[in-house]
Amino acid sequence: MSVESAYRPRLAYRHAVGTAFRWITAAGALLGIVLLALLLTDVARDGTRLLSWDFLNAFPSRFPEQAGFKAALWGSIWVIGFTALLSFPIGVGAALYLEEYSGRGRLTRLIQLNISNLAGVPSIVFGILGLQLFVRGTLGFGPDLGGFGRSVIAGSLTLTLLILPIVIVAAQESVRAVPSSIREASYGVGATRWQTVWHHVLPQALPGILTGMILALSRAIGETAPLIMIGALTFVAFVPEGPGDPFTAMPIQIFNWVGRPQADFRDLAATGIIVLLVVLLAMNAVAVYVRQRTQRNV
Amino acid sequence: MVGTIPEGARPLPQKAPGAPLMSSGTGTPIASPAPAAKPPIDVDVPDPIVEIRDFDLWYGKFQALEGVSLRVPRNQITALIGPSGCGKTTLLRSINRMNDLIPYVRARGEIAVDGRNIYDPGVDPVEVRRVIGMVFQKPNPFPKSIHQNVAFGARINGYRGDIDELVERALKQAALWEEVSDKLSESGLTLSGGQQQRLCIARAIAVSPDIVLMDEPCSALDPIATQRIEDLMRRLAEDYTIVIVTHNMQQAARVSDRTAFMLAGDDRTGRLIEYGTTDQIFSTPRDERTEAYITGRFG
Repeated sequence: MSVESAYRPRLAYRHAVGTAFRWITAAGALLGIVLLALLLTDVARDGTRLLSWDFLNAFPSRFPEQAGFKAALWGSIWVIGFTALLSFPIGVGAALYLEEYSGRGRLTRLIQLNISNLAGVPSIVFGILGLQLFVRGTLGFGPDLGGFGRSVIAGSLTLTLLILPIVIVAAQESVRAVPSSIREASYGVGATRWQTVWHHVLPQALPGILTGMILALSRAIGETAPLIMIGALTFVAFVPEGPGDPFTAMPIQIFNWVGRPQADFRDLAATGIIVLLVVLLAMNAVAVYVRQRTQRNV
Repeated sequence: MVGTIPEGARPLPQKAPGAPLMSSGTGTPIASPAPAAKPPIDVDVPDPIVEIRDFDLWYGKFQALEGVSLRVPRNQITALIGPSGCGKTTLLRSINRMNDLIPYVRARGEIAVDGRNIYDPGVDPVEVRRVIGMVFQKPNPFPKSIHQNVAFGARINGYRGDIDELVERALKQAALWEEVSDKLSESGLTLSGGQQQRLCIARAIAVSPDIVLMDEPCSALDPIATQRIEDLMRRLAEDYTIVIVTHNMQQAARVSDRTAFMLAGDDRTGRLIEYGTTDQIFSTPRDERTEAYITGRFG
């Protein structure tokens, strides 16, 4: 007969634990998607009724049936456009400096730590900074630089500060992912650091950098708090014509409509959300397209 | 060419002051090492293209090389052999200042190329690396077209001749032209491993270096591709000086004219044990450790 075994397999129990764990993780994965789908259905039900070309082409109004999204849509496009123009070169430059030039000294580690921390700072804090620095042009001490007022450029600068940490960290990761053998090959034929970065590191890191850039801009386009803080207007009957003009933005307009007592305005907010989402998806689509093109050329 | 200083005009300090490699300060040199053990046996090389004199190298606080002195003959193949971790790759990468790219590396001593110490403060490592090319262990073509791979070095160094003609010449010298002449615009990564390595050799010689350093160039290749690279090396040695690091003693015996045997002691610091003609090293090694290594008793 069998001797007492040294093992006690309990196979059925171990498999049961495995199965249970699998369903728990599946539930976790599904929960988010289901909630998002519910939200989108709700928004679509409320929002499609008022969705029309007139909605995109009209300025806000006291009467819900005449109110439109034009000022908010174009305001967002202006602000995000300048945010992209500002944050791309600064963010990529900072990442390249930290990864390719700065070495591994104490100062680098300090900068790195600060960037990671800045990524976690609440956006309203950036709003306060933007209000003082970019709108009023002074920090209360030091020189008074004049400031840009409650303008598109002040909003863009504020949002740039907000997303820079994300852009930098994403760009750093893609720069770091470029194999060092490529750098060595480049140095090995007598390339300078700049030539190595420009001809090899940057082109290979670009798809990853663009992905991070789009993620960051997607966050910026939905930001409300810092823009309210710097005084973006909530009732604007014009489209900005330059970086110095006042503006409103999509999330601010949505926020404003949600706060109205009339039910029609809340439907209008849902319509605005649909437009915001479409713009967001369009941006992501462009990013995917650009990324695949750059990858193919490599 | 690195500027040539007439033989004899250069002072010969026994211990040159540690030349800082990285511009970012890496601190003061650590306590000077114990006096070098008996100088390694050097063979007579009358007109060396590279002369390494009493070379030490540290990675941070770890000394990787100590007291290496070696004279590399012109237009010959010199092999560096030894077990893993003996510092042969470190020594190879010191010859074109590739180690500068690693943080916290410090070197002391002298590596003279055509009589000029490349560790002198006035020497630009970028210029050194154009004159002393490198082929790496794992084929590492740029993820660009075959043409761009070869042309890159020439372009960035301001080559004034016909680039297409240069690409063709380099690929022919690297014995790759026949296989790729009809697909120069395809990515270098579409080639086989052996072809990629020959592409890397073409890339290295396209900037007309005097010396080509090869760091175990065949270790990622199959025997047939290895043989093609070895044949190629013999042909290249007519125009270039080649220094090759290899794990493979048969390879060293097959291709090289001279062989240097390196070994790390218990302190893991690499030293040159013996240097001589390949025939002498493999037939009548003077040091018992060399003999033990080449007869396969360790390593």
